[in-house]
Amino acid sequence: MSDKRTVRFIISRQDTPDSAPYQEEFELDYRPNMNVISSLMEIRRNPVNAKGEATTPIAWDMNCLEEVCGACSMVINGRPRQSCSALVDQLEQPIRLEPMRTFPVVRDLQVDRSRMFDSLKRVKAWVPIDGTYDLGPGPRMPEKKRQWAYELSKCMTCGVCLEACPNVNSKSDFIGPQSLSQVRLFNAHPTGAMNKGERLETIMGDGGLANCGNSQNCVQSCPKGIPLTTSIAALNRDTSIQAFKNFFGSDQV
Amino acid sequence: MAGKQEFYWRRLHSLLGVIPVGLFLMQHLVVNHFATGGEESFNKAAHFMEQLPFRYFLEIFIIFLPLLFHAIYGLYIAFTAKNNIGQYGYFRNWMFMLQRVSGVITLIFVAWHVWETRIAAAFGADVNFQMMETILSSPFMLWFYLIGVISTTFHFANGLWSFFVSWGITVTPRSQVISTYITIGVFIALSIVGVRAILAFV
Ligand code: HEM
Ligand code: SF4
Ligand code: FES
Repeated sequence: MSDKRTVRFIISRQDTPDSAPYQEEFELDYRPNMNVISSLMEIRRNPVNAKGEATTPIAWDMNCLEEVCGACSMVINGRPRQSCSALVDQLEQPIRLEPMRTFPVVRDLQVDRSRMFDSLKRVKAWVPIDGTYDLGPGPRMPEKKRQWAYELSKCMTCGVCLEACPNVNSKSDFIGPQSLSQVRLFNAHPTGAMNKGERLETIMGDGGLANCGNSQNCVQSCPKGIPLTTSIAALNRDTSIQAFKNFFGSDQV
Repeated sequence: MAGKQEFYWRRLHSLLGVIPVGLFLMQHLVVNHFATGGEESFNKAAHFMEQLPFRYFLEIFIIFLPLLFHAIYGLYIAFTAKNNIGQYGYFRNWMFMLQRVSGVITLIFVAWHVWETRIAAAFGADVNFQMMETILSSPFMLWFYLIGVISTTFHFANGLWSFFVSWGITVTPRSQVISTYITIGVFIALSIVGVRAILAFV
């Protein structure tokens, strides 16, 4: 080889949701500041593998390209993370790309993250204000609490925490840390708190909060630094009280 | 999320691990520790326990049924996890894996131990210092007991840590770190008591 530096990729591919995965290698010319997505774009521009054979471009998801949408998450060198912020200079070579198999694979590196959005609907991760007349302004949130809640609101539904969790897998129906933390966020909101009990009842359902086994991989892996295990432990406390109320009865709604 | 049973089963599993099974474990190890005071001292302590009133009631409802439920549901929990310490070698993930592995080792150990002592007693054997001396005279059994007891104390101590999280007692990272140190202390203390008792028979 000449003086030209190259970057090697080993990419796990899959043509259809049900077909068997296979690996394909690619070799690209090095360019300063390249990241995983710019490399995938380069392969798309010239879809030729390391053996020099023409192949199909690789399928992957992306949107914001600045680590706020979560769409581009994949397993890079064994760790789930966002490919748009994965700089080639900081990665060990060959760079191995795989889809997050915790989710159904659509094609190549593209996965279907619907289960997380379904969970958000299930736990009602919103503040219900719709009605037939104007309810007026809601109660104000103290600034300190707003700052704290902002951290929880940074979740981009990327799925990294589900991928990292040993209890989220095909043998279990655990909804995972992401939606649980959103329950904490919306239960803390002054208007959202009006539906606090309802959300707690939902996560006390099968596949809910109690499935957490405290491996704490989620909090170590979340790219947004969301205190997921603190949220889970706090919800454990809230549901203990809720279960107590349910068991012994309570005149509070 | 249709059903609601799982939450209550999980909480029951967690509770039973500490009350009564964990409390029984501590009591059992302390009684066994009388072996360090010699044969007579151990036999006296063991026979005192045997003569407790309502012995069968206590055995069934404080030990047997809670342990059986915890063990069976624990096996189900253990085998629904997909351990991944290869990619995520964090301390807590190790503890998560070891909690499951130690649960299975404990189950094997406890099943054998109950067979060899309590079931044998039901068939007329006298459980005393000599019986344990005979069992532990085999080097294989000595190691089996050492590993079994340490696995149990680990499982209990680390289970105590997750019990505090499961019930929402330790919420903040700081309280969870303090709880880690305390439960490590519980693990070391109970292991010393348990291992000293075993070594007193050899
Ligand atoms: C005999 C077979 C046993 C098996 C298979 C077993 C299995 C398990 C498993 C898998 C867990 C993890 C649950 C979770 O994190 O959600 C667990 C938790 C626990 N186990 Fe066991 N266990 C056994 C015996 C024992 C014994 C003998 C003790 C007490 C000395 C015990 C005490 C605990 C405690 C305190 C927890 C923590 C519960 C929590 O997470 O809140 N276990 N057990
Ligand atoms: S909690 Fe963190 S890791 Fe999980 S989906 Fe949200 S941003 Fe991703
Ligand atoms: S493209 Fe939005 S996070 Fe990477």
